[in-house]
Amino acid sequence: MKILVPIKRVIHPYAKVKPLADGTGMDTANIKFDINPFDEIAMEEAVRLKEADPSITITAVGIGGAECDEQLRKALAMGADDAIRIDLSDEIDSSVVAAELAALAQELSPDLILMGKQSTDSDRGQAAQMLAVKLDWPQASFISKIAVDGGMVNVTRETDEGEEQLQAPLPCVVTADLRLNEPRYIALPGIIKARSKPLAVRPRMTDAQSKTRITHLAPPPERPPGRMVGSIDELVAALKERGIA
Amino acid sequence: MSKLLLIAFSPAEAEAASGFAQSFGMPFDLLCLTGSAPAVGAEKATEANLEAIPPADGLGTALAAQSTEYSHVAAMSSMKAKDVLPRMAALLDAAMVSDVIATPAKNQYQRPYAAGAAIATVEVTSDKTVMTIRPAGFPQGEPNPNGSTEATSLDITSKAEVTQAAQASGGRPDLTQAKVVVSGGRPLKDAATFEELIGGLADHLGGAAGATRAAVDSGIASNELQVGQTGKIVAPDLYIAAGISGSTQHMAGIKDSKVIVAINTDGDAPIFESADFGLVMDLFDAIPELKSKL
Ligand SMILES: Cc1cc2nc3c(=O)[nH]c(=O)nc-3n(C[C@H](O)[C@H](O)[C@H](O)COP(=O)(O)OP(=O)(O)OC[C@H]3O[C@@H](n4cnc5c(N)ncnc54)[C@H](O)[C@@H]3O)c2cc1C
Ligand SMILES: Nc1ncnc2c1ncn2[C@@H]1O[C@H](COP(=O)(O)O)[C@@H](O)[C@H]1O
Repeated sequence: MKILVPIKRVIHPYAKVKPLADGTGMDTANIKFDINPFDEIAMEEAVRLKEADPSITITAVGIGGAECDEQLRKALAMGADDAIRIDLSDEIDSSVVAAELAALAQELSPDLILMGKQSTDSDRGQAAQMLAVKLDWPQASFISKIAVDGGMVNVTRETDEGEEQLQAPLPCVVTADLRLNEPRYIALPGIIKARSKPLAVRPRMTDAQSKTRITHLAPPPERPPGRMVGSIDELVAALKERGIA
Repeated sequence: MSKLLLIAFSPAEAEAASGFAQSFGMPFDLLCLTGSAPAVGAEKATEANLEAIPPADGLGTALAAQSTEYSHVAAMSSMKAKDVLPRMAALLDAAMVSDVIATPAKNQYQRPYAAGAAIATVEVTSDKTVMTIRPAGFPQGEPNPNGSTEATSLDITSKAEVTQAAQASGGRPDLTQAKVVVSGGRPLKDAATFEELIGGLADHLGGAAGATRAAVDSGIASNELQVGQTGKIVAPDLYIAAGISGSTQHMAGIKDSKVIVAINTDGDAPIFESADFGLVMDLFDAIPELKSKL
């Protein structure tokens, strides 16, 4: 079985970022980058599946410029067999991500594409579903458990109401929610070993164009300053003053 | 021609999103997937009368087939919508914008970016647009009779199959629509304590209970209660945060609350920077006292 895991480079989730004063982007000077947390969870799950079934091969795929190699190396250190970077430095929306991943999937014929439910920078949450359509595959999104067995994938997925069980035939696109697992700590030998694993860089395969474009990034509106109260009585009085309670 | 199709998974969602549809600036139709279509002023309201929401692959195809005549398709930003609307966008070759909070101009949409660290203005360069919207950013909808109401039966075949449906825990109002939300974090210890203190105050105020990811991860609260960037987005009149530090990811889900109350033993907790009223107090003392006085 072959698993494809897309890996996106994003601003570190705990970094404090602000938009640039001119609104053209985020101020990323001195900001750390990392694998999109949901993609790291997807990669961890792929590695666990491979540990249970060593015949599985895992390819990590990133779309972006040379800076993304850092995150692909980390994916290799986690346990991917090889990595591919589609060299594309432009700002792209999820429809282009889906188009490029679909073209690659048609070439590599994976059984499963395990990916993140959303990028934590753009917060779009679209690429997986769009990719599944382009491949005419079913999808299982927001999963917190997965079992692959006899050409079927069985998942527990998070819904608005709670957990649901869903079964889908392979090939299938699956997206990871936070509770799927906790990614492993990567020890030094893994990082060293990853340096000799193959990381191929190739040109983009489609001429898909973004249909959306971010034209401006502004700081969020500030909440008017609040105040500290000294007791529950004072809190209740303050709420009454605001017409609440 | 410019026309909007509003898709609602339930009548309550149709009502919640009606303010958006009424103010979007073009006539709209409503497709209500379950229950009866409320009077929200649609030119045409269609009821699909589904008994359950089918898997996204079949549903997306059926909904895209219903949407070919529309320039814009929108649904409230729920997990169901997030599951299926991007599929529709791909099938319709449309642009997709997630979590729209404002529509400042034609083909321009505003949405939070990076857990709300910025508000992005997104320009659409395509004739068709599919979007999920957060109702709190738009005016409250007015009840208004629909032009016509008809029933339709959607032809849905999915490769995926739900083998066990989710059980709505019921009892409390829906988090995303509740007027009062009481949320608890990591210090709540265990599920019983959470239920007694957070659930108890929520019930007392007729509200919903919410939780942080830390609380969900440690088994204190169930996952569908998670509020934040990757959980539910709430917009109540009153949000009470007890034992919550105020991480960016949590705050991303509560910024639309009218009044935020924070109760935390640490006077330096970041949540106090965003709270309207802050109280440095042990939640195990504060919650029972608040319950008896509110
Ligand atoms: C990709 C990603 C997505 C995430 N998405 C979300 C999300 O959607 N929602 C979310 O909530 N988190 C999310 N998180 C996690 C988030 O970063 C924080 O870790 C989490 O919100 C912290 O939860 P907490 O406030 O309960 O815990 P803590 O940060 O541990 O805070 C507990 C607080 O309780 C106070 N306290 C302790 N004892 C008491 C007491 N007896 N009485 C009163 N106060 C007390 C402490 O002073 C402290 O401030 C995400 C993280 C990542 C990386
Ligand atoms: N540039 C990229 N390179 C690789 N994978 C990506 C990229 N952008 C998005 N993805 C994948 O698509 C998922 C959803 O992204 P998004 O639609 O941007 O929220 C992410 O979790 C990744 O798995």
